[in-house]
Amino acid sequence: MGYSDQLTEKDLIQMYRWLVLIRAFEDRVGELWTKGSLMESPHGSQGQEAIAVGACYGLRQQDQVLPSLRTRGAFFVKGISARVQMAGMYAKATGAARGKATAHHIGDPQRGVLLGSGVVGASITVAVGAALAFKLQRKDNIVVDFFGDGAAQRGDFHEGLNFAGVFKLPVVFVLENNQYAELTPLAKHFAGPDFACRAQGYGFSGIRLDGNDVFAVYEAVQTAAARARAGEGPTLLECVTYRLRGHSESHPPTELRDIAEIEQWRAKDPIPRMRAHLTQRGILTDDLVPKIDAEVEAEIDDAVKYAEESPSPPPEELYKDVYAPESPELVVGRRS
Amino acid sequence: MREITYREAIREALREEMRRDDRVFILGEDVAVPGGIFKVTQGLLAEFGPERIFDTPLSESAIVGAAVGASLMGMRPVAEVMFADFTTIAMDAIVNHAAKIHYMSGGEVSAPLVVRMAYGAGPKWGSHHTQSVESWLANVPGLTIVMPSTSYDAKGLLKAAIRTPNPVVFLEHKLLYNKKGEVPEGEYIVLIGKADIKRPGDGVTIVASGMMVDRALGAARTLAQEGVSAEVIDLRSVQPLDEETILASVEKTGRIVIVHEAPVRGGFGGEIAAVVASKALGFLDAPIQRVGGPWTPVPFGPILVDAYVPKEADIIQAVRTTQGAAVA
Repeated sequence: MGYSDQLTEKDLIQMYRWLVLIRAFEDRVGELWTKGSLMESPHGSQGQEAIAVGACYGLRQQDQVLPSLRTRGAFFVKGISARVQMAGMYAKATGAARGKATAHHIGDPQRGVLLGSGVVGASITVAVGAALAFKLQRKDNIVVDFFGDGAAQRGDFHEGLNFAGVFKLPVVFVLENNQYAELTPLAKHFAGPDFACRAQGYGFSGIRLDGNDVFAVYEAVQTAAARARAGEGPTLLECVTYRLRGHSESHPPTELRDIAEIEQWRAKDPIPRMRAHLTQRGILTDDLVPKIDAEVEAEIDDAVKYAEESPSPPPEELYKDVYAPESPELVVGRRS
Repeated sequence: MREITYREAIREALREEMRRDDRVFILGEDVAVPGGIFKVTQGLLAEFGPERIFDTPLSESAIVGAAVGASLMGMRPVAEVMFADFTTIAMDAIVNHAAKIHYMSGGEVSAPLVVRMAYGAGPKWGSHHTQSVESWLANVPGLTIVMPSTSYDAKGLLKAAIRTPNPVVFLEHKLLYNKKGEVPEGEYIVLIGKADIKRPGDGVTIVASGMMVDRALGAARTLAQEGVSAEVIDLRSVQPLDEETILASVEKTGRIVIVHEAPVRGGFGGEIAAVVASKALGFLDAPIQRVGGPWTPVPFGPILVDAYVPKEADIIQAVRTTQGAAVA
């Protein structure tokens, strides 16, 4: 475990703090949805947080990530605040695109977040294109592209991975295999042995790993990132995990799922695992755990207050940003 | 003035823009070593090398999706979709990414890419290599759809398309590639969104685009011999649509015939008819006429294709209808 061994105590506490914050944020938005406060239906990432944190921690600001529908943590680790995310879920003017886009698809190129798509998996080729730009620009930045097992059945998965393999592009494909494509279990939408083996068909390596182990994810992504930066091309990482909540908060977790299956995976929850690990190493002390919990709750309280007090966009916002400003010597006649 | 083909004009635009801006690059199937299936990009690999123009897998979704991603990172890609019919495979990248990303980012990013594609019926191409797709895309806010009819416009419009920060679908009619036209030496831009009055007249307005412009001009010459003065407007782009030029013409002529190769039903001509009906109805002396493809796929053999594609005679017939009729 080369890269993980180099993580300092400060790093480890920060990673743990991200996990706790993401979980608490997801739990809170679930409660707010139930109360009817939110406009955006939450697609909770509870149970999958270790993938986002392990993959995004230690990336450069210029590295681009393209989150899936369920990579909440990628936004946090790449520096998009709880306030902006929460305001987006309230459809407020302080949220994504000033209320014109859901918090699922926040993009912020300065922080290295590419806009995702409501058509899951369709943006795999876009992530590949960002990596193509880095190669053409001779930059050693990389792209980390997240998508689920459902999205991996899209043609764009195959087109995107083949394209990346042919041109040896600096991209890390992170497949969040949470065993469900919306409501359909893996066995009913996938006949193969695993997803990782598909990478061989595109000329690069695929690795299947424990997506609930933040260190395993960190190690695999850092290794793949180093290869990508060195011009050695893409890697597919199949991170095996489990969605503890339903597809969205409109679906109860037990819809078409056995409670025993959920409980079995709850025992592998990435957050208690990391807490136990850090406690055992003496890094996470008895006073630190409640302190982090309290800080996180305060941050979320602040985000909720910010979102609730933020203005809604005026109706005129509808008409803004359809086209980027352009020279009247190039194009005329735009109308809404 | 020198005359060059539509193909050469497009190549000149690409070459000049690639020399001007090293962010411009070309990707697509068989565009580099083979020089394109229609030889539009021939010779560019030799000048610019394999990082500025390269052949891709046969993957329209990846070609256009990758162009979108690269454009977000500061590049200016020109993606080629070999036949416009293959847009179906790239539709998500065009419609859900390129067209919406500026909006969905609240103006933070835009996708400055051009997707070039060869469209239009020709003999022996069959139903999957011949469609006119502009109305498939014209209902998508965020897109710009350009359809040049001459060498001059092809060059100047493509240069504008490459420079604008917004995504542009650039439709090249495959039967125009060999057509020659006057193109001056040196730098010029043709403004996107401004229609071109190809022939002034005061008896009827004929609005056309792409290859139909030549058919409309041919019809206008014949009609002139019959004493009917037709004004022919080349749209140049369907998005934006130059409503002002169309309306000003109709206010003068009182009659309009709208021509495109795509099927009449659901075609973009319906939009133009609606604009005229809602904004210039009082000026109309005859019902609006539309000429276009029938409600069939584009067929294969030359006899059937000939029956499909609107001809000068069809345009003339539609004009005669406007001359004889009066609005009740």
